[in-house]
Amino acid sequence: MSGAVLFASADALLVVAVILPLFAVPVLFLAPSRIAERATVVVLGLSLLVALAIAGGVGRSGAAAASFIGGWRPPLGVGLRADGFSAFMLVMTAAVLLATGLFAMTTPGRSRAGGERMPPAFWMLLASVFSALNLVFLAEDLFTLYVALELLTFAAVPLVCLEGKLAQVEAALRYLLFALFGSLLYLLGVVVIYGLYGTLDIILVAREATASPGFVLALALMTAGMMAKAALFPLHLWLPPAHSGAPPAASALLSAVVIKAPIFLLVRFWLDLAPSTLAVAVAPMLAGLGAAAIVVCSLVALAQPRLKLLIAYSTAAQIGYLFLMFPLAAASSPWSALAWTGGALHLASHAFSKAAMFMAAGLIAEALGHDRIAGLSGVGRVVPVSLFAFGLGGLSLMGLPPAGGFVAKVMLLSAAVHLGAWWIAAVILLGGLLAGGYVLKVVVLALQRPAEPLVAQPVAHWREWVALALALVAVGFGFVPLEPSHFLFIGRPASWAGMVP
Amino acid sequence: MSAPVLFGLLGAALSAVGVYGLMVGRDALARILAFNLLGGGVFLVFGAVARRGAGAGFAADPVPQALVITGIVVAFSATALAVALLKRLAALRARPGAAPAKVAGAQAEGTKGRVQPGGDA
Repeated sequence: MSGAVLFASADALLVVAVILPLFAVPVLFLAPSRIAERATVVVLGLSLLVALAIAGGVGRSGAAAASFIGGWRPPLGVGLRADGFSAFMLVMTAAVLLATGLFAMTTPGRSRAGGERMPPAFWMLLASVFSALNLVFLAEDLFTLYVALELLTFAAVPLVCLEGKLAQVEAALRYLLFALFGSLLYLLGVVVIYGLYGTLDIILVAREATASPGFVLALALMTAGMMAKAALFPLHLWLPPAHSGAPPAASALLSAVVIKAPIFLLVRFWLDLAPSTLAVAVAPMLAGLGAAAIVVCSLVALAQPRLKLLIAYSTAAQIGYLFLMFPLAAASSPWSALAWTGGALHLASHAFSKAAMFMAAGLIAEALGHDRIAGLSGVGRVVPVSLFAFGLGGLSLMGLPPAGGFVAKVMLLSAAVHLGAWWIAAVILLGGLLAGGYVLKVVVLALQRPAEPLVAQPVAHWREWVALALALVAVGFGFVPLEPSHFLFIGRPASWAGMVP
Repeated sequence: MSAPVLFGLLGAALSAVGVYGLMVGRDALARILAFNLLGGGVFLVFGAVARRGAGAGFAADPVPQALVITGIVVAFSATALAVALLKRLAALRARPGAAPAKVAGAQAEGTKGRVQPGGDA
């Protein structure tokens, strides 16, 4: 496969992006586990190349890539479509999942040190999550999205209870019931839209949509469904036990990317599908819930006795920032474009930093045999690289320079101030302060001199470096230019044209 | 009242019962059943929506029927997964010395080699 061929046909690659990860599954059934897991990592790497090729194609052509299965166009056919935002999500997901695969892989050269082998089921679920996520990002049809969301649920839920312990199975069942409730609310909304417009293609619906009561009802149902799946306060109760109970590699991918799929769809619904007058009217409600999530979940995170629970509550809090973006991005002003870029950047930097933090927490727990925060004193001497990764990830969450979280928050803050949304600016600042509280609580303790010498198991350096690499990417996002991204606007609705200065 | 309207109203009523059960139900099995009621309601409404096709001269719009069948398959798989988890949960709770239900903590042992049937250390 030469680069020229890849870049020439981003359209054809859309189907490949969805199918390719699934090629790992038969290998996992047939080959011995060590070969199979390496083959899976190779497939993850190829998928990253495909995602990059799609992004390259979209960026070069300046228009969305689209593929219609069997050549049948909507309303009868079902299409896949990658605009700038989709391509951005594809690349981010592929990068995080490749890192997760490298982290979970048996350490090269040594079979014992650094934890035991992940079960083949983990790798199958990883591949399935990847495929389902890519379908969520690419599907253009509301019913295809329903199927993609369910596939994502079915692949993500078993990741929570891989080890089959009581608490994990409880968490998985609770997660499943929340997710299924969300899916059916979404489907009910889709049914109402079909009843109104007779089509499920997002672009065709967006062309027809008016703020009629039926359409408002449909969007309300779909939004409520996505909120349950995204664990937006007050529907976040399923997230902490599910994300903290899973093995570290699974926690990382659940918290970093799986949770972003429903948020991606909310962006689609409110910024692509809904008429802008409706979006402007409803967005403050979403932002209000986001603000509550930031404040409440950060405070709860501060009180957590265990490291992984703290990180899981921090995810529930950080989700809130993405909802603060809606009223800023929906307002028709040049500053909306900046808010929207900031939101997307926050989404990506959170994905990388949160994956790094969950991996680091897993390594700390592996080294010490527990993850009680009170017992972390001096752990910085045992696993310095992991602690550095945790700290760098935390830097991005706090929004300190030069991390990606800093630039994202500066963009959101400038937009909030220029649009006169002072309460949003206040919440952003308060959230950064609270994040500083719960990150420093851990880091300060870990850097202390331990009261008695720590007895620690060795952990694989390989895994520590994967966590650090992810954290460095999150920090690296801090070097993107402080201006609206043109790439993210490729293929967006016409109402957005001209907003990028 | 025409048949589609009747079906639509029945679907709405079923959905309402399902949502109620999912939100207030404490027992996991009751909530799985409520999920199925809600699913049944949604599919009924979807089927009733097919009457739109009559306006275009068709007897009915066939697309919703196809989508409902897909939806039923998905809902069935979801139920199977939920029931499997519930059965495992019941088996784990029945074991002697099983800890009472509480929020999952972190793993002390890192990752296990295999999916263990109830390896609660």
